[in-house]
Amino acid sequence: MTAATTAPVRDEDDGPTAESGDPFDRDQLPAPPGATGTLLRSLLTPMRGRVAVTALLLLLQQAAVQAGPLLVAYAIDRAVPAFRADDNGPLIAVAVGYLLCAVAAGALQYAFVTASARVSQDVLLDLRGRIFRHAQELSVDFHERYTSGRLISRSTTDVESLRELLEEGLQELVMVTLSAIYISVLLLWLDLGLGAVAVASFVPLYLLIRSYRRRAVRVYRKRSTAIAAVIVKFVETMNGIRPVRAFRREAANDADFAVLNRRHERTNGDALLEMARYVVGSRVTANTTVALIVLWGAYRVADGSLELGVLAAAVLYLRRLYDPIDRLGMFLNSYQSAAASLEKIAGLLAQTPTVPEPVRPQELPERRAGLPGREVVFDGVRFAYRTGGEVLPRFGLTLPAGQTVAVVGSTGAGKSTLAKLLARFYDPTEGRVLLDGVDLRDLTGRGLRREVVMVTQEAFLFSGTVAENIALGRPDATRAEIERAAKEIGAHDFIAALPDGYDTDVRKRGGRISAGQRQLVSFARALLADPAVLILDEATSSLDVPGERAVQRAMATVLKGRTAVVIAHRLSTVEIADRVLVMERGRIVEDGSPSELIDRTGRFADLHRAWRDSLA
Amino acid sequence: MLLRMFLAFPLTFLLVNGVTILVGVSIMLVQDWTLGLVILVPAAPVLITCVVFEKRYSGAARRAQDQVGDLTTVVEESVLGIRIIKGFGRHRSQARAFRELSGKLRGTELHKARLLATILGVIVTLPELAIGAALVLGAVRVADGSLSAGTLVAFLSTALALRWPVDSIGFLLAMSQEAATATERYFEVMDAEEESSASAGRRAAGAMGVPPLERHDCPREHGLVFENVSFRYPDAPAGSPPVLHGIDLHIRRGESLALVGATGSGKTTLTALVPRLHEVTSGRITLDGEDITEMSREELRSRVAVAFEEPTLFSASVGENVLMGGGAGADDLGRALAVAQADFAHALPQGVDTQVGEQGLSLSGGQRQRLALARAVVGRPDFLVLDDPLSALDVHTEAAVEAALRRVLADTTALIVAHRPSTVLLADRVALLSGGRITAVGTHHELLRTHPEYAHLMSGDPAAEQEYQR
Repeated sequence: MTAATTAPVRDEDDGPTAESGDPFDRDQLPAPPGATGTLLRSLLTPMRGRVAVTALLLLLQQAAVQAGPLLVAYAIDRAVPAFRADDNGPLIAVAVGYLLCAVAAGALQYAFVTASARVSQDVLLDLRGRIFRHAQELSVDFHERYTSGRLISRSTTDVESLRELLEEGLQELVMVTLSAIYISVLLLWLDLGLGAVAVASFVPLYLLIRSYRRRAVRVYRKRSTAIAAVIVKFVETMNGIRPVRAFRREAANDADFAVLNRRHERTNGDALLEMARYVVGSRVTANTTVALIVLWGAYRVADGSLELGVLAAAVLYLRRLYDPIDRLGMFLNSYQSAAASLEKIAGLLAQTPTVPEPVRPQELPERRAGLPGREVVFDGVRFAYRTGGEVLPRFGLTLPAGQTVAVVGSTGAGKSTLAKLLARFYDPTEGRVLLDGVDLRDLTGRGLRREVVMVTQEAFLFSGTVAENIALGRPDATRAEIERAAKEIGAHDFIAALPDGYDTDVRKRGGRISAGQRQLVSFARALLADPAVLILDEATSSLDVPGERAVQRAMATVLKGRTAVVIAHRLSTVEIADRVLVMERGRIVEDGSPSELIDRTGRFADLHRAWRDSLA
Repeated sequence: MLLRMFLAFPLTFLLVNGVTILVGVSIMLVQDWTLGLVILVPAAPVLITCVVFEKRYSGAARRAQDQVGDLTTVVEESVLGIRIIKGFGRHRSQARAFRELSGKLRGTELHKARLLATILGVIVTLPELAIGAALVLGAVRVADGSLSAGTLVAFLSTALALRWPVDSIGFLLAMSQEAATATERYFEVMDAEEESSASAGRRAAGAMGVPPLERHDCPREHGLVFENVSFRYPDAPAGSPPVLHGIDLHIRRGESLALVGATGSGKTTLTALVPRLHEVTSGRITLDGEDITEMSREELRSRVAVAFEEPTLFSASVGENVLMGGGAGADDLGRALAVAQADFAHALPQGVDTQVGEQGLSLSGGQRQRLALARAVVGRPDFLVLDDPLSALDVHTEAAVEAALRRVLADTTALIVAHRPSTVLLADRVALLSGGRITAVGTHHELLRTHPEYAHLMSGDPAAEQEYQR
């Protein structure tokens, strides 16, 4: 938890920075100092009451457990002499007392374990939910910079290491500490001298733990880096298994793997060695102390200044004191990795969306009757990445309601940035994007998505049925509405032919859907959503010609009756547009109807010719 | 992870504690066998409880791990599909799915905790009760003089010293249970990934380290030959038709052949057979007369280069990604990038040393495809297999890549899956794959004239054909 305080505060006004200095290249995102502590507090505060109850259960449980040796002392020093004198009352008391303590210890143990599990599970639930929601709220530009893999490992591996600590480490740690305190107090109370010797043994033990911790942290860090490298390699190999095989990377991968594994093995060995040193050291200290106390205690029993039962209790307590210390080292490790994970999570949660919700949201005027769609105006818009590169120099553009606009241009011309501004995946650096006169920034996320929908190139299907995938467009749609949308798009026939029709799971065998069919599903999704403005990033990947025709028919259906912006890659798409924008290096260089532009001798005319030739 | 943890710590402790318990019990029996037996009485019930609950616990642990897997799927999808979720404003339904699953996981974890709590409760209570009984019995015997107080103290301290090892056994067993579940998983994955490489090593020993054959030292009449090749997925249900059936194809040396077929006709499967990503079910494929199953993997893959429609980039620099295909040095790299029209790589922040990877999310689909193409051509392979390698390119880039590729194809034996006339025209001849069989071979124009299915695939329905070609 120390690194959080030393992590640099994020500079909001950072100018153009070298790519290597991009904080998003690292696992640990920059976070304000103390973010980890704040996160921890905010997680635990609502649980205060239950944490207190859990702690109380633990206090009682330890009290019941630690009563044992005291009863032994009582039995030897009082009950035996009393029994000899035909008074079996004390012995019965010992028997009953022991019985009660045993049952209480067991019952309290059960209560404590379940209570603490409930607290830790609730904390984890809260944390998982927060990471998930936060990741979903962060803007697309964040997701484009912070790779998906890292984001996924924040909410899986890192949460997992916290779970390990909470489930296995933390309660043990607290238990050990608590029993150490109980036992020290009891020992001092039983006999000040013996107690003092026991307490004195804490000094070498503390030094031992400290030096182990220091060295273990180093070894452990090395080890976790080695593990991470192995995992990354493994995941990549599995994901890219086709290319790996195809590019004879297998041998190279195996070699890489072997190196990484050896490193892992070595650091693992180091960790075990440290552990062994620690265990031996703590045992030697513990046994020396026990021997000293037994020796000194025996002398004192012999000369009558100490009762035998008290010595017995002291020795029993000492054993209990030292036994769990072996395991302390193990918990320190899980503590270490959990702290690092928590820090990374705090860094993620400290990111703020660059596309915030409005403070005072505005309502859009009712859709004007008779007019399809809504008017879109780019008013003096300029867009530059925060790292400095200007993508779109200042421009103005008005798209009347109902118009279908095709945007063409080479890769990197700024087409998709234009689309993303309209979808409010980004906010403009300067200027405004207006929808029927209302700034997009003044609309709530929900209100905006009712009006503006973007269909992206990657026709990603979520696990679930085909119907569910279409219903993503409007979750409250009935089955009949879903089927109607699919029919209009022309997807009904292939869906009906799937093994379970609309209920086919797209991730199961037999549910395999081709690229063209995927696009049809995503169009059906958009049709169901029925937005005023549709942005369509046409898939560049080509289908076979019949598939392409089906997609084109579907596109015509989905574009009808709304304002549409299509990032077009195909001549046939451009031909159904009312208006074409040709973009080059962030600027709109040509603007007109397709036939107008063909007649001119500009970029579009060239493009058109190339297209025509490619179809020959 | 769990496996590692188990091997690292608990196993050691399990051993140490086991030995401690054995030694301790023997000492107690030697000290006083009646008391020793009293102490041992709870051993049986403790053991039974452990076994019974362990079984249930392992079921719960397995379920919890499955649920963590489901949860991870939701997380992955919601991150990978973020643009769609945002595009439709569907955070809430994703969040609901996530909440439901994580709530379920919490339920399982609590169930697990209750089982663990029961085991711990029993492990704490029963031995303690036995010790209490031994204490009372011992005290009585000390009182009547048949046992010395010292022996009783020694006995009890041995018994209490064993308490911790016994306690920890439960905890360690729980951990080992999780490790066992994880091991099971690990082996499931390993079993699934095992490749049928029965014949892979047949010639491997001899071929290891042999440099790629020099070009043109094989007779020209060879090339890439499919002889009566059939293929069905090993896990396909019995009785289902094979994906590919009786494929006979001869691509002459230096010739390029386009493969055309409707969606699902088996084109991609056919291309995957050449680098042996799948093994043919029957028939054989030869490279210059040599059966590919007789070659070592290294040799096969140094002679055949492939580029797929959905390219994967590795976490490495652009240059490294391209040079995975063979070749060496900046010259080869530059040439390959030029062929694939991937010169954008030079303009990246650190040029060809820019790190890409993790699916190369920061590059567009077209850029990834071009890098994959560069990777395929960088090693100047004898055989090139391209599965629609230009599908994600815009028209201009595609035209430029085609022009450059044409030069490469002039003296390379190539099999190219094509969807569009422009790609088909790169090749010397076309083969039409239909329902897993080759139904026609010829030039583009021949087939366009003579073969209605081909004409349909290349120009849509007959009515639209006119409009398309105008």
